[in-house]
Amino acid sequence: MSADDPEHVTVAPDGRPLEEQPVWRQEFPIDWPQSEYVSRREFTRLLLVTSFAFVVGQTYIVVSSLLRQHQSALPVAEIAATNELPINGVKLFAYPAAKDPCVLIHLSSGEYVAYGQKCTHLSCPVIPQPEKGIIQCPCHEGKFNVTTGSVISGPPNRPLPRITLDVRDGRIYATGIEGGLL
Amino acid sequence: MKRSRFVYSQRTTIALGILCIVLVIVVVQLWLFMATMEAFLGGNAAIPIPAWIASIVCLLLNLGLFYYLRNLDR
Repeated sequence: MSADDPEHVTVAPDGRPLEEQPVWRQEFPIDWPQSEYVSRREFTRLLLVTSFAFVVGQTYIVVSSLLRQHQSALPVAEIAATNELPINGVKLFAYPAAKDPCVLIHLSSGEYVAYGQKCTHLSCPVIPQPEKGIIQCPCHEGKFNVTTGSVISGPPNRPLPRITLDVRDGRIYATGIEGGLL
Repeated sequence: MKRSRFVYSQRTTIALGILCIVLVIVVVQLWLFMATMEAFLGGNAAIPIPAWIASIVCLLLNLGLFYYLRNLDR
């Protein structure tokens, strides 16, 4: 090891020689090039851990997606009678589980539609306004089309999940979900 | 002790370059993750597996770069 070995030349951040540095820096000299190198290397290591965490997250999504594909068919559940709802009438129900709130709407065209009641933005409960042709989320003013469930305006970027219906013998049955998770 | 072929100032420059590349790759992974989550919640089953493979490729790239960085000290 020699004094002119570039590996052992310590340069202060302001570039001035050691004699011109404050006393504290003279007494506790830090090898700045080494320090900067180590800090960059360690930050790169931290990013590597972050990269690994993203792969773990992606793996979780893949596993959940595969499990969902192999899930058994959803149950058929009776949710209302056809004479229960007037035109533009709305009824709340839970499907497929008690924790999954949904909303059934009788459109002015006479058709029935049902959607999950959680907004696809931040899961606030949406409020159907069939007379205006919209389903509104009061939290962030998201608006969905009442006929299709697609986004009209606001922060949501996915349509509301739609509950498939079967109307027979004066009864309305929920038979499944399409277009996403509740 | 075996010396590195680069002095610290040179290694710092190399580390900074690698750090920038790794940072860009991690941002790509973040974008992939958000897009996959959005597709999954929207009921799209075609996206998660290709995105997962892409994310693994990104991790392998990062591992390779970090391996090179570690070898600078040897």
